[in-house]
Amino acid sequence: MSESTETFAFTAENQAAAKAILAKYPEGREASATMPLLTLAQRQNDNWLPRTAMVVVADMVGVELMRVYEVATFYTMYNLKPVGKNFVQVCTNISCLLKGSDDVFRVCKKKLGLENGETTPDGMFTLLEVECLGACVNAPMMQIGEDFYEDLDADSTEKVLDALVRGDTPTPGSQAGKRVGCQPAGGLTTLTGED
Amino acid sequence: MLLDRDRIFTNIYGIHDLSLKGAQARGDWDQARAIVKKGREWIVNEMKASGLRGRGGAGFGTGMKWSFMPQETPDRPHYLVINADEGEPGTCKDREILRSEPHKLVEGALYASVGIGAHTCYVYVRGEFYREAEALQRAIDEAYGAGLIGKNAAKSGYDFDMYVHLGAGAYICGEESALIESLEGKKGQPRLKPPFPANCGLYGCPTTVNNVESIAVVGEILRRGGAWFAGLGRENNTGTKLFCISGHVETPCTVEEEMGIPMKELLEKHCGGVSGGWNNLKGVIPGGSSVPVMTKGMCDSALMDYDGLKEHGSGLGTAAVIVMDQSTDMVRAITRLSAFYMHESCGQCTPCREGTGWMWRMMRRIGEGNARIDEIDLLEDVTRRIEGHTICALGDAAAWPIQGLIRHFRDDMESRILEKAGTQAARSAQAAE
Repeated sequence: MSESTETFAFTAENQAAAKAILAKYPEGREASATMPLLTLAQRQNDNWLPRTAMVVVADMVGVELMRVYEVATFYTMYNLKPVGKNFVQVCTNISCLLKGSDDVFRVCKKKLGLENGETTPDGMFTLLEVECLGACVNAPMMQIGEDFYEDLDADSTEKVLDALVRGDTPTPGSQAGKRVGCQPAGGLTTLTGED
Repeated sequence: MLLDRDRIFTNIYGIHDLSLKGAQARGDWDQARAIVKKGREWIVNEMKASGLRGRGGAGFGTGMKWSFMPQETPDRPHYLVINADEGEPGTCKDREILRSEPHKLVEGALYASVGIGAHTCYVYVRGEFYREAEALQRAIDEAYGAGLIGKNAAKSGYDFDMYVHLGAGAYICGEESALIESLEGKKGQPRLKPPFPANCGLYGCPTTVNNVESIAVVGEILRRGGAWFAGLGRENNTGTKLFCISGHVETPCTVEEEMGIPMKELLEKHCGGVSGGWNNLKGVIPGGSSVPVMTKGMCDSALMDYDGLKEHGSGLGTAAVIVMDQSTDMVRAITRLSAFYMHESCGQCTPCREGTGWMWRMMRRIGEGNARIDEIDLLEDVTRRIEGHTICALGDAAAWPIQGLIRHFRDDMESRILEKAGTQAARSAQAAE
């Protein structure tokens, strides 16, 4: 756990958001808001969670600090140290593996000059190999920030990363240009309106 | 052959209007008030008649599960919890419901809540599905705005609230009692059962946990009648199902088909067939990473439903069909799954916490050829010591893919070891010269 000396406080906007989160759960069950509040804190804090934020959350939900540490260290999406502005998470699980995630991960490593788990010195990119992200029929894929980039190959992976380096936001979804979602790329086989 | 008019998810590809108005134009929310008014008993009976079995993997009868919920008492509110922690490798069907058919989920949640006597529903969405959770929240907001949920939902007199709760990256939270723990703000570690959630679930109150797809089909089943759904598929394996087919097919996709469709037909009709043709097939994992792999010989005749796949020693699971052609390094594929289960073990039970690591290390040794042949038997023995010896099914899920590999592809494992030994023998022979 990173020993950050900085202090953490929710912004006025996020204090309102926190109040709305707490209102989702019954009275006396504020502990249920632990995870959503940690997520909110992380999003406010450049996508990582300092210990000071855990203290704030523990206080808000009224549980022992240790209970919040337990949660923050159990779930993989809480980043306990700073991560790059572009958090590149490449799925290498079975469906992606079968469709070429080796290429995607290799291109990411080469292009960004990173090994798994590392961050670029300028703080622009973090690269992480992750477990199944649930977009298997659009494999191989990676998640950058909140968005999924799907149907990748070496070239399109490079293009997505190039766009991010330029400061652009590449369009999420399928990068193969043949479909937008999870339909067969060759054309619809159902829901054609014929029967 | 399943006709489009018997398909439930008519906007699963998200190509039509995603708004409430669009969903209503496709039939969602039709007769909502009347359905709620028919009441708890009617809803449960209709769901029992439909034969719907849980779409999250376990395949337990949905109507039966609902009937286990006790009568309502004022001091213990009932809860509906929807499991949208989709993370079983190969599985990506709930994602499509969340982002393209969210109104079906909201509508089904209302009826399911009436069926179990709940007035509050939490949808536990995996944290990585941030965009999908946004889409669901939009649908919930629209439904509140139109008076379809909230106080006096759909003018039925029934009060119903629905909330989205985001997870933060833990496969184990797909296990229902771990999900409940997580929803209570704790580490996602499964509870001992009994007591079951129907008696003691969220906040110690009666709770039903259902998969996204199970709930999203409820509206259409109640509108058309349980008998309609039961008339599709086969006995004990009724209805339609979303199949997500990934891996070595020409056009991987998610598609709604009738239960019991032959695997070969499923792949050839919707996915352009196996890459390189049917005879290039090596094996299929038919229901997500937790079910054993099947050989081509089994796939030739397999029917895609609970009983059809059980006949071949595998299972329907989440209906995530992972197709592997002859180019597949089967040992590496299964080793990748072993790494996954090691990563996702919650650490609570020793056989799973330690065993998943043992299995992965042994799989890696075998894959690199650095093992003896009898280590394959030792590995098999290790899987048997984990299977059935843990609180939840993750231990079993970690053991079964390896057992399937040993059962059907032992030659692939042995040849790795023999090749390496052969190379080494040749090298020493050369050195001796």
